Amino acid sequence: MIKLANNIDKEPIEMRKVYTATLIELAKENENIVALDADLMSAIAMGDFAKTYPDRFINCGIQEANMMGVAAGMSATGKVPFAHTFAPFATRRAYDQLFLSAGYAELNVKVVGSDPGITAQLNGGTHMPFEDVGLMRLIPNAVVVEPTDNTVLKFVLKEAAKTYGLFYIRLSRKNSTKVYEEGSSFTIGKANTIREGNDVTIIAYGIMVKEALLAANILKEQGIEVRVLDMFTIKPIDKDAVIKAAKETGAIVTTENHNIIGGLGEAVAAVLAENAPIPMERVGVNDVFGKVGTQDYLAKEFNLTADEIVQKVKKVLERK
Amino acid sequence: MTKVADLKTFATKIRIETIKEIAGIGVGHIGGALSICDLLAVLYGGVMNIDPKNPCDENRDWLIVSKGHSGPALYATLALKGYFPMDTLKTLNKPDTILPSHCDRHAPGVDMTTGSLGQGASLAMGIALGNKLSGRNNYTYLLLGDGECNEGQVWEAAMFANNKKLDNVIAFVDDNKQQLDGFTKDISNMGDIAAKFSAFGWNSQSIDGHDVEAILNAIKSAKENEGVPSVIVLNTIKAKGYKKWEGSPGNHNFNITMEDALQFEKDILANE
Ligand SMILES: Cc1ncc(C[n+]2csc(CCOP(=O)(O)OP(=O)(O)O)c2C)c(N)n1
Repeated sequence: MIKLANNIDKEPIEMRKVYTATLIELAKENENIVALDADLMSAIAMGDFAKTYPDRFINCGIQEANMMGVAAGMSATGKVPFAHTFAPFATRRAYDQLFLSAGYAELNVKVVGSDPGITAQLNGGTHMPFEDVGLMRLIPNAVVVEPTDNTVLKFVLKEAAKTYGLFYIRLSRKNSTKVYEEGSSFTIGKANTIREGNDVTIIAYGIMVKEALLAANILKEQGIEVRVLDMFTIKPIDKDAVIKAAKETGAIVTTENHNIIGGLGEAVAAVLAENAPIPMERVGVNDVFGKVGTQDYLAKEFNLTADEIVQKVKKVLERK
Repeated sequence: MTKVADLKTFATKIRIETIKEIAGIGVGHIGGALSICDLLAVLYGGVMNIDPKNPCDENRDWLIVSKGHSGPALYATLALKGYFPMDTLKTLNKPDTILPSHCDRHAPGVDMTTGSLGQGASLAMGIALGNKLSGRNNYTYLLLGDGECNEGQVWEAAMFANNKKLDNVIAFVDDNKQQLDGFTKDISNMGDIAAKFSAFGWNSQSIDGHDVEAILNAIKSAKENEGVPSVIVLNTIKAKGYKKWEGSPGNHNFNITMEDALQFEKDILANE
């Protein structure tokens, strides 16, 4: 059961603080949990974990590929490694290590990639991943999630800690929008229906959940009842929820802080094409590289806004 | 402009413009930018064969700033040399700028796009090899961070350079003893970096990286070596010139106002 927050408001606590606090809690319960980093522990605020468990925190230095290999090796001895760096370096920079040493070898690695998409802001194009979800989806059996808010984050970390296998946790470090109240329960691989409606469905994850809700508000004023699904697990995708939305609402718009190639949009399109072909549109980054700027500026540049979602909803409704 | 006094003045100017540039956006990678200003002054103050009016001249010397987060220092240097107007520095990280935090080769005079640490090392070897194959006599300069040397790719490139006898490469390591999370010796101890390069077959030197005369001499000596690549380890101080931040924790990336920048300018000129 999920309980929705009353207002679409900023989470009072940064996600990285919740990440660290939750990992400390989990480490208390499970002595096999270890955390690795590649010279970005301060960026993810892991100081407290390192202080609490100095032996179980391993700062590898700036060597992402080695870190992922080491994490895979440690997991072979029974450890449960959470390995963090910025998302582009956690995925692209160490991809073969993740693919073979973690994925193919069937080991138990939890990869945490921070600053997804436009949240990389002033670090610019070199640090702005619009492809990490696509890359990680291509590793067989990998679970790919982006926690929507702090409540989902806590759930995801607990789940990742106790579920064997490769997880990719895409994580905003700082701000997020509070969508759920404490006490909500979730399931990996199951979308959360956060708004009911039967005219059209918007499927979103990460920072785009807020934009989807804002778009739904705008559309309601125009008499359009929108269903909103929070697809915080991008892989395995919740096929049932997608098919149900197709049958009941007849039109779907996906939205993501990611390239429209390789991400949620394609995952949903595949489910629809094979099960319930209906009109759909994708809101996301249109196959271009990232660039430098503030998050607000970049959201406008790349059309990651409620307004864009509204436009695409209108377009998809015309095709319905 | 190879008089030592002129180079010192140039280095100070680079520091001042770098700080003002970063203050324009309010936050940035200040520590690692300030530690390389003396090197930039020497390279662009006479050592490198370059023409700001013709930044893509195929016979020019190249500089790959592999620690790409130090872009603002390179940009300030290039603006002072006339590659683009000084006003362009005010656009750092602003909408549609040609100057993003991390070095971008779309800006005039920036020879390579960097930002994912380690990658500039291989790019430099490719450039050096390409130029050699084309029969050019130019040099490829490469600037690495000491933290960056954690990356395996740096050592793959080092091995490659020696195997391919890339004596047209002169690398520098900005050994400011700090990386992002703290002191390099505590995060991933690099030990004796010069000795490591020597073990990979390089001609190695280790000098005071804030002494422009020492840098000049080391480059001269590096050029005398045939058949092997050269490295000059620069012993430096992170945030050099910004007294309250010099070598101190937290100096990797921090906030700065225009007021701070003007104070910095006053202080550094007073210390000349
Ligand atoms: C592959 C990669 N991993 C991580 C980072 C994030 N990062 C930027 S600067 C930095 C520390 C660099 O240390 P060093 O090379 O010593 O540079 P300096 O201290 O001179 O700034 C890190 C970890 C990055 N840019 N690229």
